[in-house]
Amino acid sequence: MLAHLPILQVVLPLLAAPSCLIMRRPKLVWLFTLIVSSIAFLISVALLQQVMESGPISYELGGWEQPWGIEYRIDELSAFLLLIVSAVSTVVLLAAHTSIQAEIAEDSQMMFYVLYLLSLTGMLGIISTGDVFNVFVFLEISSLSAYALIAMGDGRRALWASYQYLIMGTIGATFILIAIGLMYQMTGTLNMEDLSRRLPDVAHTRTMYAAYVFFVVGVCLKMALFPLHLWLPNAYSYAPSIVTAFFAATSTKVALYLLIRFTFSVFDFSFSFSTLPLQPVFLVLGFLGIFVASTAAIYQKNLKHLFAYSSVAQIGYMIVGYSIATSAGLMATLLHLFNHSLMKSALFLALAAVMYRLSSVQLSCLQGMGRQMPLTMAAIVVGGASLIGVPLTIGFVSKWFLVMAAIENGLWPVAVLVLLGSLLAIVYVWRVVEVAYFMEPMPGKDPVKEAPWSILVPVWLLVAANVYFGVDTRLSVQIAQAAADSLFGVSP
Amino acid sequence: MLIGLYNYWVVVALMMTGFYIVIAQGNLIKKIAGLIIFQTSVFIFYISVGKVDGATAPIVGDGFSQYSNPLPHVLILTAIVVGIATTALGLALIVRIREAYGSIEEDEIQKKDDQAC
Amino acid sequence: MLLGVYGLLSASFFVAMDAVDVAFTEASVGAGISTILMLTTIAITGRSELASHYRPTLALILVLIIGGLLIYGTMDMPYFGFAEAPANLHVSPRYIHDSMQEIGVPNLVTAVLASYRGFDTFGEVVVIFTAGVGVVVLLGLPGRRDENDAEIELINTSMHEQHLVVRIVSKVLIPFILLFAFYVQFHGDFGPGGGFQAGVIFASAIILYALLFGLSTARRIINQPLVQLLSGVGVLVYGSVGLVSMLNGGNFLDYSVLSSDPIAGQHLGILLIELGVGCTVASVMVIIFFKFADRKEALHYKPRETK
Repeated sequence: MLAHLPILQVVLPLLAAPSCLIMRRPKLVWLFTLIVSSIAFLISVALLQQVMESGPISYELGGWEQPWGIEYRIDELSAFLLLIVSAVSTVVLLAAHTSIQAEIAEDSQMMFYVLYLLSLTGMLGIISTGDVFNVFVFLEISSLSAYALIAMGDGRRALWASYQYLIMGTIGATFILIAIGLMYQMTGTLNMEDLSRRLPDVAHTRTMYAAYVFFVVGVCLKMALFPLHLWLPNAYSYAPSIVTAFFAATSTKVALYLLIRFTFSVFDFSFSFSTLPLQPVFLVLGFLGIFVASTAAIYQKNLKHLFAYSSVAQIGYMIVGYSIATSAGLMATLLHLFNHSLMKSALFLALAAVMYRLSSVQLSCLQGMGRQMPLTMAAIVVGGASLIGVPLTIGFVSKWFLVMAAIENGLWPVAVLVLLGSLLAIVYVWRVVEVAYFMEPMPGKDPVKEAPWSILVPVWLLVAANVYFGVDTRLSVQIAQAAADSLFGVSP
Repeated sequence: MLIGLYNYWVVVALMMTGFYIVIAQGNLIKKIAGLIIFQTSVFIFYISVGKVDGATAPIVGDGFSQYSNPLPHVLILTAIVVGIATTALGLALIVRIREAYGSIEEDEIQKKDDQAC
Repeated sequence: MLLGVYGLLSASFFVAMDAVDVAFTEASVGAGISTILMLTTIAITGRSELASHYRPTLALILVLIIGGLLIYGTMDMPYFGFAEAPANLHVSPRYIHDSMQEIGVPNLVTAVLASYRGFDTFGEVVVIFTAGVGVVVLLGLPGRRDENDAEIELINTSMHEQHLVVRIVSKVLIPFILLFAFYVQFHGDFGPGGGFQAGVIFASAIILYALLFGLSTARRIINQPLVQLLSGVGVLVYGSVGLVSMLNGGNFLDYSVLSSDPIAGQHLGILLIELGVGCTVASVMVIIFFKFADRKEALHYKPRETK
């Protein structure tokens, strides 16, 4: 059975999704989903262990060897991502039942879990596969379920946000499809490893340039890289809180994974960075994203909007690390990817708790909540500190590595700009703290109780992870380093 | 010599049409129609890649020795299904949007949202 | 309407390029299902439209950039129909030359679709399933609105008496369409067709029935929760074939181990998964149609109730 782990990782949540249809009681479906997600998490841990010990795993689907059949390929990078996605999914699910019951009508709840599992399946599938067309198929599974999940959210704005996301997402996916077609046309293969062998022969053709540009634009749409981020704030703000917590921590990360996977494992690294002006373009877009989105975050009145814009900014940091184009830079990106997943899932899950008690996430509603919901607010403060990059939190660790990578390559301006970006984060996090702790509760409003334990426990699990990995960085750094090294072809 | 590429250029023209409709149209249904055209042009592109002159459809039979490439056909079968799935979901969203906003024009909806703020 | 013509046109385009299977699908999807959905949506949302062509210049510039890039990309492409193009030399020759020995299915598209790249098809079924679930979530769950069934039925019968000839003709036709669906389902190994196309045809027979005999009649015959369950069953059937092949010592979806003779195993596997595909596709299409139609009906009869 151990040899089948790569496929079980994906197929288990996949088959669990239609099985949910048989069950009627929402609580039962929730438990079932939680168990499935936990098993997926355990599998990802086993896979990561296996990969770290004995190198990449290849699994031939249908028993056909690649490139004729579809291959699953798990290396350090994909195992790392699998772990992040399935872990976040599991922790977020812990809180799902309570939060969903408050936000979604009883008879849609079962469908919610079906879509949630499908979305999880899609992401895990994208990460595991070694076939470019299979990437497209699973990308669509995760996107379609995402559109439906977002539309289940708060009122008509959720519908509109979902529609906009659908249009943008489909354009992005079609661009990726065009790129895959062009690549196939020039090489005759769809397998990533085979492509990387055959692409250098045609790397100089204009068709390949076009393919690469289409791919990058398509992925950046999915990743919400500035200026293609317009769909993200609304989609995150109006989706059900649980969905926001899950997606903020995973979906843009999966797109970033695709970008890294294609630039390093499919296209040749030197092709990506030397024939095309990728580095200056991405550096500029990354920093524009950091500054524009952080500034926008400062002016938001809705907390979900605020942190959604902050997500766009954080994508900027990851892209900056990526475009430094060294092993150290990539490692900083991967580390930040991991850390940001933890921060944002903690923050948005805390917002789910706020939503549960206050039915609103307007900043003004938070007045005096520092005393009424001390544990929730404390979680937001720790998460916010992590976003800023305060020492002893994970935000500090990844920014430290990012600045180090920049300095190592003599990119002083980059290092300075990263620190400046953190100053903006201080401003928008401070606004939340100020309202919650230094303002009196609104007169005439009944005091509210602390959020229920079923939400608080997962929130604090994530907050604890925020601090733990900020102090003891061995594990996360070691895995990120191994993944980055393997992509650059350095033997550890 | 460029005659050999004419098929691809037809595809590009279709693609541009579809893409233009998606981004320039304010009507939500027309946007979806544009999306369909955009996607179909990509399908035609894939199928063009697999076409071999003088070959026949890829079903093995007596008397044929050359077949067109079956792989793009398979990929596009999948892509068509993905396309219809997206269309169905998009149209369902439009129905709900119409019920909630009373309009399916992009700028009207945006206006209503801004007012509500 | 024009879109339907477009669908048919592109289908014939595919035939011209030897892609019969794709043409078949495009004809049933592009000209059939998506047109029906489009028309229903337009009927629900109304025809009125604002002439709001805003930001056309920006859009035009974007489109020109994209188009220019693509034309630029075509410059180094192998010519259309060129047999020596890399796409036709690398992976596909094995499908063309060896699949008869390895799988034993004359329709190469089916062989690749169901076996070599069976996992993609699995993904495709899941995509359709996802869309079905999504539409159900968006347009409401079954069994919530049947209070005014009787009234609707009354109107339906009066409306449909006018189309007596059409009704009788199609009453005769529907069994044949269903039969044709089964033919397409099981004949996919030899001719163009397979689970997906069969599913769509099967669904269209039911849709035709619903269109002509009224939704309430159709609703009485088609049990919606059951159909929803069936859409999941298709996915499960497909997946269990994969799991069984795993238990038999092969990899996921390796049909050769399903039977003592690999070729027979392949046949069995393909047959089963095509069944799963057909099951999910047909039920999802039916669900989607009913959801849209329900919405339209609700819209249509609401004003009368309030009067």
